[in-house]
Amino acid sequence: MMQATKTKTNGVIEGYVAREPKITIDGDTAMIEAQNVYYRNVNDAVRQVIADGAKTVKLLDINGQRYIGTGLRAKGVKIEVNGTAGNDMAMFMDGPAVEVFGNAQDGVGNTMNAGTVIVHGDAGDVLGYGMRGGKVFIKGDVGYRVGIHMKAYENHVPIMVCGGKSRDFFGEYMAGGMLVLLGMNSQFEGPLVGGYLGAGMHGGEIFLRGEVEPWQVGKECGIFVADEEDLARLRPVLEEYCAAFDMPIDEVLSVPLTKLVPISHRPYGKLYVYV
Amino acid sequence: MPASLIQPEFKVKIDYDKCHKCGRCVQQCGWGVYSFNERPIPDDTKCRACHRCVTYCPAHCITIQKNDLAFRDNPHWTPALRKSVWRQAESGGVMLTGMGNDRPYLNVFDHLVLDACQVTNPSIDPLREPMELRTYLGRKPDSVEVETDGNGGFHLKEGTGVSNNIQLETPIIFSPMSYGSVSLNVHKSLAMAAERCGILMNTGEGGLHADLFPYQDHVIVQVASGRFGVTPEYLNRGAAMEIKIGQGAKPGIGGHLPGEKINREVSETRMIPTGTDAISPAPHHDIYSIEDLRQLIYSLKEATGYKPVGVKIAAVHNVAAIASGIVRAGADYVYLDGFRGGTGAAPQIIRDHIGIPIEIAIAVVDQRLRDEGIRNQASIIAAGSIRSSADMAKAIALGADVVAVGSAALMALGCHLCQGCHTGSCSWGLTTQKAELTRRVDPEWGAERLTNLVHAWSHELQEILGALGVNAVESLRGSRERLRAIGLDEQTCKILGVKPAGL
Amino acid sequence: MTYDPLLERMPTSRLPSFSDREGVFGGERPAYAEESPFKIHGGCGLMGICDESGKLMSGETAIRAMAVQRDRGNGLGGGYAGYGIYPEFPDHFCFHMMYHDLAAKEAAEAVFDQYFVIDLAEPMPTRPVKGISDAPLLWRYFLAPDPHKLEMAEMTAEDYVVHTVMLINSKVDGAYVASSGKNMGAFKGVGFPEEIGHYYILEEYQGHTWVGHNRFPTNTPGWWGGAHPFTLLDWSIVHNGEISSYGINSRYLEAFGYKCTLGTDTEVAAYLFDLMLRRHKLPMELACKALASPLWSEIDRMPEDQQALMRSLRAVYGPGMLNGPFAIVLGFNGGMLALNDRIKLRPLVAARQGSVLMVASEESAMREVLKSPDKVWTPKAGEPVIARVEGMDWPIHGDLHLSASEVSCAVTGVENSCETVEVV
Repeated sequence: MMQATKTKTNGVIEGYVAREPKITIDGDTAMIEAQNVYYRNVNDAVRQVIADGAKTVKLLDINGQRYIGTGLRAKGVKIEVNGTAGNDMAMFMDGPAVEVFGNAQDGVGNTMNAGTVIVHGDAGDVLGYGMRGGKVFIKGDVGYRVGIHMKAYENHVPIMVCGGKSRDFFGEYMAGGMLVLLGMNSQFEGPLVGGYLGAGMHGGEIFLRGEVEPWQVGKECGIFVADEEDLARLRPVLEEYCAAFDMPIDEVLSVPLTKLVPISHRPYGKLYVYV
Repeated sequence: MPASLIQPEFKVKIDYDKCHKCGRCVQQCGWGVYSFNERPIPDDTKCRACHRCVTYCPAHCITIQKNDLAFRDNPHWTPALRKSVWRQAESGGVMLTGMGNDRPYLNVFDHLVLDACQVTNPSIDPLREPMELRTYLGRKPDSVEVETDGNGGFHLKEGTGVSNNIQLETPIIFSPMSYGSVSLNVHKSLAMAAERCGILMNTGEGGLHADLFPYQDHVIVQVASGRFGVTPEYLNRGAAMEIKIGQGAKPGIGGHLPGEKINREVSETRMIPTGTDAISPAPHHDIYSIEDLRQLIYSLKEATGYKPVGVKIAAVHNVAAIASGIVRAGADYVYLDGFRGGTGAAPQIIRDHIGIPIEIAIAVVDQRLRDEGIRNQASIIAAGSIRSSADMAKAIALGADVVAVGSAALMALGCHLCQGCHTGSCSWGLTTQKAELTRRVDPEWGAERLTNLVHAWSHELQEILGALGVNAVESLRGSRERLRAIGLDEQTCKILGVKPAGL
Repeated sequence: MTYDPLLERMPTSRLPSFSDREGVFGGERPAYAEESPFKIHGGCGLMGICDESGKLMSGETAIRAMAVQRDRGNGLGGGYAGYGIYPEFPDHFCFHMMYHDLAAKEAAEAVFDQYFVIDLAEPMPTRPVKGISDAPLLWRYFLAPDPHKLEMAEMTAEDYVVHTVMLINSKVDGAYVASSGKNMGAFKGVGFPEEIGHYYILEEYQGHTWVGHNRFPTNTPGWWGGAHPFTLLDWSIVHNGEISSYGINSRYLEAFGYKCTLGTDTEVAAYLFDLMLRRHKLPMELACKALASPLWSEIDRMPEDQQALMRSLRAVYGPGMLNGPFAIVLGFNGGMLALNDRIKLRPLVAARQGSVLMVASEESAMREVLKSPDKVWTPKAGEPVIARVEGMDWPIHGDLHLSASEVSCAVTGVENSCETVEVV
């Protein structure tokens, strides 16, 4: 009674298969063919080729494999991801540069220490959670809870630039570093950013290309127009961002930037009474 | 024979080495404890341990101690009971007292604990993420009826929805305390704080003084059996009306405001002559049965263009069935007052031995209304010793929509629970009409303290909600799954609808 | 007194098997009943896909979408529902049955024989799959209500069918109705979803709409009937996340007569949809606004008439608001609806490719299935994604008139759900 669409297979249709991916080495460049390869095998291969001296690792046909670059400690190594990067990419990462040609799912740059993440697409929720250093550049839109609790410590200063728009809780609890939202490469309808922007912010700075309504902004933030001094600090960051995506910096700077900084380092000092 | 066998309850100790001899204690004490002869001389028999003198003594040289006389042990005949017998043998009187039941009955709130999220669902940060306490008081329809606007959108069908509800920004309101039992400055403090907090105060049964008119949108006007100050204008000024059937501190008992408390302003507000006792009959003499209640509810609605009408009852044994009848009679809310609720004056024997705890009352009323499918038809206000935001959260989890605080509100204004409200000599200027005492409460100061209290409890409720992983109070309301009992017997757990901890 | 729906409402001779229940039906019915006094915790992954043009897709689509999300589950439950899969029997009710043993099968079939015309009864096609064990006996039946008995019962066909589901789930020991809708079916069990899909040979079915689920229960061993989707007639529901407001949601529903006996959020969500869509006739968009309410601050910024509407929705349905993390997909003959919670605590990604609308917990699922989507986006918190198959009706069970307790009984198969007293 049912028409078979294909001949019966004897193996289970699997999303990922736990097998060694095909690796091609060309000088200090390694190519890993990751289609339907389970994430553990993909990431094992990445670590192996880096240990063997690869400086550039190209991952082909990535689709949702988790933990790419996660916990990786290496300087001067570049990982190129082709496809949709899975959850928790570049988590705890310390040094490498990861460039995604596609979108990234949730949890990119979680507790990242150092290095660079460039995404030529959108990124999901909880981007850069607790990020302590390095740079994250997203070309397009980002989800909910982006840059939550980014923090700076001595010379670790995390920087994140998102080219599109963001949902609610952007920069929530932000404790340090720089968070920039441009609203340029977006498919979101509506405002640049959702509500609870910078809620609980007690350190660092947020720059927004355009204006925000007071209701969108957490009560812990002061809203200012970015001045010359801010722009001087911002320009090298934006130049690097624009270079990554081949965007004209003049267009980025053609709109006045709004700056949010915390009013207090201890926003809840008055909320508590000691017993 | 001595005039009385009863020895003073407290001893007033003054460190005369430190004493400035300034006489401030003499001036501050409303009970007449002190006389002055080169230095203040206390009369221990008059002291109620209200700490007014202690608080205002510039030298900090006064302390109040228990007069800890030893009695021969007899757990059955406590010293308090012995004193009661002597007092009644001396006077032949019904013992009158103020504030709430102070007997050590099991406190159910103290045997309930709340839940929190771990791993399988997240707790929510109450400081930075939305944490909504807004509550609508009043009757809600079973469902929402909508009409299409022809463009793919919808709007509310005319005349449906919750337009008749009162919006509260936090599920706390102030309990009814009449002008007369408390001072006008207390009423003003409550009204101003209610406005600032986006909540309600309640006139109690003594009418609405003209000074409160600016706050009338935040005032529930009460209609009790004495009908003091009840006029069409009074009814129409209130945001809602409340029929007071009973009070937790004195279920089945009427009110009696002694003539000494009826000064000119109280008399104008209550619309009775000065110096006359203001007596509220025990029942409403137009309510001898439930159908009469319905008649009164609808006459109030009819008189006011159908404003919400609530009914306040004391929590008694059959409270669930009574509450069900009240809801079916058309009340928009049921106000349940537990047996620990306060009072300006009540016979001690009634206060301490009649009624049931509010925790039990909430549980059985909420469940009964749900069983009958009418829980949405009325809100439940719970009162009768809500002592902290923890009690509030537990009351809400058991099924209350809103809690009402009276004793805590008075404490915010200085009350030390000395139980002397009925004397009219409150040193803190709260339950008195003596001008030299009432001026001790500056309404601006009072409103600020009350606002602080409401805000602090609201923040704490938000912390609790966050731990529970919900960001709106309606998700805690009636969610008994988030409560567990420690040390309650199985039957009580069953009545509460709460599992013991560990299950 | 428990409710014997057919005995009371069916105008027929008594079922012989009821008079000697001990013989055929056994005593207590705990074989499948997951009547848990405890709240069941868990997380999951899900998917839904619908071709709004009505074009059919292989079940392999659903398997592939779930397979790449394998790590979201723990192998204790996977399942699917497909719509448009039985074009040969478009007007028959198709019962997907799980039997504990042959006695259960015999007893359930006695019920079918009594009240239905059976046009086809056959074992569910399956293939052995490593990792799948302890499968119950799986059968399916294409049925039409006996026209004479239906007329005598003075019920709609839908009511008649749900009464049958109730009867079997609650009274027939060891039998469980996995689905009972027209031209649809649920395929579920204990295992990873790709294993379950493969076990049921899902790639050989063609449907216009598919939903899928990967279960990560934390405290139950998993039973075949307890896997998602849950169904009622042609509705199916899959759900990810744990609702922190379960306590009040279930008490709210109980006041309308529903009986929340399984201790799962999914059951609660299913009844809330039934209450709002079928009984209160709320438009689907507004039911979603009640389940995942906008914040008061957002409502306060709306135009006046929308404020009034939203204020009423929240005030009235507040106890039904699903608070806490969730993403949910409701499948039905005519499309699907996907919704996540009010502050987006669970992931949900959507994509469109031509007439195909797809949702999943992870974007990779859509990249796996839709090779070149026109658009991939993350829906806003609490904003439903609704797909509607052209020319098909809205998912209101207009012909279903059952009470809440009857619906509960049908869905859960727990006998004490069924009471004679219906409170409205």
